Amino acid sequence: MANVPEDLHYSKDHEWVRVEGDQAVIGITDYAQNSLGDVVYVELPKTGEEFAANEPFGSVESVKAVSEVFTPVAGSIVTINESLADEPEKVNSDPYGEGWMIRLKMANPGDVDSLLTAAEYEDFTKAESE
Amino acid sequence: MTSGITKVTTHISPNEQLIFERSQAGRIGYRLPALDVEASSVDDLIPKEFLRDDDLEGMPEVSEVDVVRHFIRMSTWNYSIDIGMYPLGSCTMKYNSRLNERVARIGGFANLHPLATEEDIQGALQVIYELQECLAEITGLPGISLQPAAGAHGEMTGIMIIRAFLDARDGAAGSARRTMLIPDSAHGTNPASAHLSGFSVKTIRSTPEGLTDLDHLRELCAHGDVAGLMLTNPNTLGLFERNIKQICDIVHEAGGLVYMDGANMNALVGVARPGDMGVDVIHLNLHKTFSTPHGGGGPGCGPCCCTKELEAFLPVPRIVKNDDTYRLDHNQPKSIGRVKAFFGNYGMMLRALAYTLTHGNDGLREATEAAVLNARYIAEGLTSDYDKPFNSPPMHEVVFTDKRQSRKGVHTLDIAKRLIDYGFHPMTIYFPLIVQGAMLIEPTESVGRQELDQFIEAMRSIAREAVENPELVLNAPHDTRIGRLDEAAAARKPVLRWKPTPQAEATPA
Amino acid sequence: MLDAMGLKSAEQLFDSIPQELRLQRPLNTPAALSEIELLDKFERLGRRNAAAQRTSFLGAGAYSHYIPTIVDHIISRSEFFTAYTPYQPEISQGTLQTIFEFQTLVCQLTGMEVANASMYDGSTALAEAVLMAERVTRRSKVISSAAVHPQYLEVVKTYVQHAGIDLELAEFDEKTGQTGAALAKAVDDQTAALVVQSPNFFGCIEDLKALADAAHAKGALLVVAITEAMSLGLLKSPGACGADIVVAEGQSFGVPLSFGGPYVGLFATRDKYARQIPGRLVGEAYDKKGRRGFVLTLATREQHIRREKATSNICTNEGLIALAATVYMEAMGKRGIQEAAHQCLQKAAYTAKRIAGVKGFSLPFTGSYFNEFVVRAPHNAVELLSRLAKDKAIEGGIALSRFMPDRDRDFLICVTETNSREQIDSLVSALSEL
Repeated sequence: MANVPEDLHYSKDHEWVRVEGDQAVIGITDYAQNSLGDVVYVELPKTGEEFAANEPFGSVESVKAVSEVFTPVAGSIVTINESLADEPEKVNSDPYGEGWMIRLKMANPGDVDSLLTAAEYEDFTKAESE
Repeated sequence: MTSGITKVTTHISPNEQLIFERSQAGRIGYRLPALDVEASSVDDLIPKEFLRDDDLEGMPEVSEVDVVRHFIRMSTWNYSIDIGMYPLGSCTMKYNSRLNERVARIGGFANLHPLATEEDIQGALQVIYELQECLAEITGLPGISLQPAAGAHGEMTGIMIIRAFLDARDGAAGSARRTMLIPDSAHGTNPASAHLSGFSVKTIRSTPEGLTDLDHLRELCAHGDVAGLMLTNPNTLGLFERNIKQICDIVHEAGGLVYMDGANMNALVGVARPGDMGVDVIHLNLHKTFSTPHGGGGPGCGPCCCTKELEAFLPVPRIVKNDDTYRLDHNQPKSIGRVKAFFGNYGMMLRALAYTLTHGNDGLREATEAAVLNARYIAEGLTSDYDKPFNSPPMHEVVFTDKRQSRKGVHTLDIAKRLIDYGFHPMTIYFPLIVQGAMLIEPTESVGRQELDQFIEAMRSIAREAVENPELVLNAPHDTRIGRLDEAAAARKPVLRWKPTPQAEATPA
Repeated sequence: MLDAMGLKSAEQLFDSIPQELRLQRPLNTPAALSEIELLDKFERLGRRNAAAQRTSFLGAGAYSHYIPTIVDHIISRSEFFTAYTPYQPEISQGTLQTIFEFQTLVCQLTGMEVANASMYDGSTALAEAVLMAERVTRRSKVISSAAVHPQYLEVVKTYVQHAGIDLELAEFDEKTGQTGAALAKAVDDQTAALVVQSPNFFGCIEDLKALADAAHAKGALLVVAITEAMSLGLLKSPGACGADIVVAEGQSFGVPLSFGGPYVGLFATRDKYARQIPGRLVGEAYDKKGRRGFVLTLATREQHIRREKATSNICTNEGLIALAATVYMEAMGKRGIQEAAHQCLQKAAYTAKRIAGVKGFSLPFTGSYFNEFVVRAPHNAVELLSRLAKDKAIEGGIALSRFMPDRDRDFLICVTETNSREQIDSLVSALSEL
């Protein structure tokens, strides 16, 4: 049973968003890391880069697969999780904590309103796996 | 001598280290004659700053015996066609004739420089010409270049030809026609090759029957931006696209061209020809259909064959015949250009021609019949134990899934690894991508009934083990020199070369 | 077997192919030949290649070097040449470990940090290096020396034609035969890479360090191509000079001329670009019992996973030829490669000196060279070389007019450790006579 913390927002591409004032911290969900398998490499953007909502900002690689990761909200990169360069496995072990990927300053704080709640995301993933 | 590796067994052969770990200062493995001209000071010939000053640090110093033992021991760790069957779908691992090896080593070819003048290379050019003629007849496509060095290279060539033809035909309007349609079951080289020609890719769905969805094809062609379709026939599920003529018509009517990935020609040689199906350009894999050896990952040879209309765009130089003389024709202004220096992988052309002549025209057809028959036989033999997702009779390869076994937690990967313990190389796994847990099996014509039965029996035994003793399958292989490797760790912290460890010093043997 | 399957004839196997698409006649290819007939045919064809029998001073991208006997013996092992690509590592450790050694040896020779498992040849390796430079720098202008092998330049042009890359050429100095100055001057902050060959097509050695500095000053990469890999036994490695990507033709190392192929492309770069490398990579890995093995790794760069976004479309490369090169490099070792390279240098110097002493002949370029150099004949080079071949059974060189039409008196000559003093002296006598 995948973990789906209550206090986060979710996208249909399996990213989570934690809102902190006008900033958003983003990563991939437990469901996503489980489907990917052992993460071996995470490609992240540079600070200052700007993205529109639903634009890919990087990618996550396992041994046999690579997936793009999309930012559910528009904004510009404040910081990235540099520790993932040496320890990409954090995405597997702690996807909502130490496995966070980017922190951005939101261009439109209202973007989060169109995202899924924890309950909606849980239903969504249940439907996907059937 | 110390080494970091944990010993595999007490036997020295499996414990063979890297050559660098064997190296001893002062050992040599070669004999050159002494220099027979007066030596000048090297500094007088070349400025000092251009000279090497590291004494080729790290490169090994070993004796000839060291080298021989080193490689022969490592060779024993490999499976190979000479040992047994490779039921690898899409790879056509057939017997590599020793006679072809002898032909390739004939001095008149092996010692021939590619830039010798035309009149002194007539025998070599004749080989290219004769192979071209054979392949043109086999494919039904008269235009041909043997220059590409592998299938993917031939694909790139073929797609560039399509691009050149369309740009010549449509002029500026051609810039709107940049979409290449590729089935969801295609090999990864297909979209990668399309990308090299500046095309973007749109995926066509397959029907539940496993064939190209004609309605979806028509829908995509209606957009008016289609440059062409890349398809494999028989497709990567081993099924013949019986609507191929219709498919070609739809694409042609939409103003595009049809490219065929010839990887599965082993089901067609002598029986049906892509040129007769409406296909415009195709690549062949001589290292599949024409038996040239895989060599652990190459060399290959990926000829590109096309219709008369596309001939002008083929790579230069073309090899042509005027009366009894063979010539290199560089005068092809519409050519897409050269795709490789010199003529291509010539040594593989020699082998492929030898293969074609050894079989003869009727032998080639018989080989095709045997290839398809063997695949059907396996298909029948395994349906009682494995899930076969498509009902249509397969051609030279057949796909199964791990659906039944995965209920017990045993997956395609585990079945593949367990097959190793039975003395077989695993089949192709997880390809094509549209089949969950795919196992694609292609025996080729090189396997006799006895061996087919052994393979079927092994697979059935594994199916039983998956139920009665799944641990055995999950932890396979058990009988190999090393077990399953931690590929995730290898990818996280890649170590892609040997480096001397700080305390490694040359120690007496 | 047909019976067991409930089939009456082999024709029924092809029921899923519409009747009208099936070939209704036998293939119009030759009938089967027996072994004796086949060998006879090919041996006769081999004898029609007169050039293969003559003393050779031919280079220009394909070289005659001594090949230790064990090379062919080892690559003829069933377990090596009839083996498949090592996707199942447990039963492919022979192939994988030899590739790992190959990658290491390529790094040592080129002075770079990481090398792949091979490309088709030097020319396509160069084309892929140019594509990689564009990916890494996100710039679209590439400036190449015009003294790069003409066929290599043709291949690069083919590869970049739809890649949105602008390929410009910088001319070489007519006096020295080198490119350095022009190339260094042309680089700007729109340049993805400078491309240079050293020793270049004329055999002249280029100043790689100066070019690396010029490129880096503008944020561009230096791509170095090498056609004569033996030069690495004597010349400073491109890595030590600051190159970012090094590609080479490996044919000089244990690979027969074989009329142009199969050869092997070497491709090496810095660690920081490892994930942008095309082609296969073998890495170290461990199993549950801590035993070391090797495995194809970083596969997410490749076509079977990343498909249209892959770093290249390459799948099959030159596995067995890379193995031949590996056996060669290990059998020769650091001593053998340096000695062979030294002999090449000395014999070429001797040859050049003697030819320069023949009336009417001169060396038009002043740049230093390794084992290839250009000779200017008193008359048409094509005619001269033709008479050398027919009358003296000597392949004296390659006429430059075949690549550069106005250089009709110039020809390129290559001398290696396989050319004895006797052969060289015969060449010189022949030139004096003709």
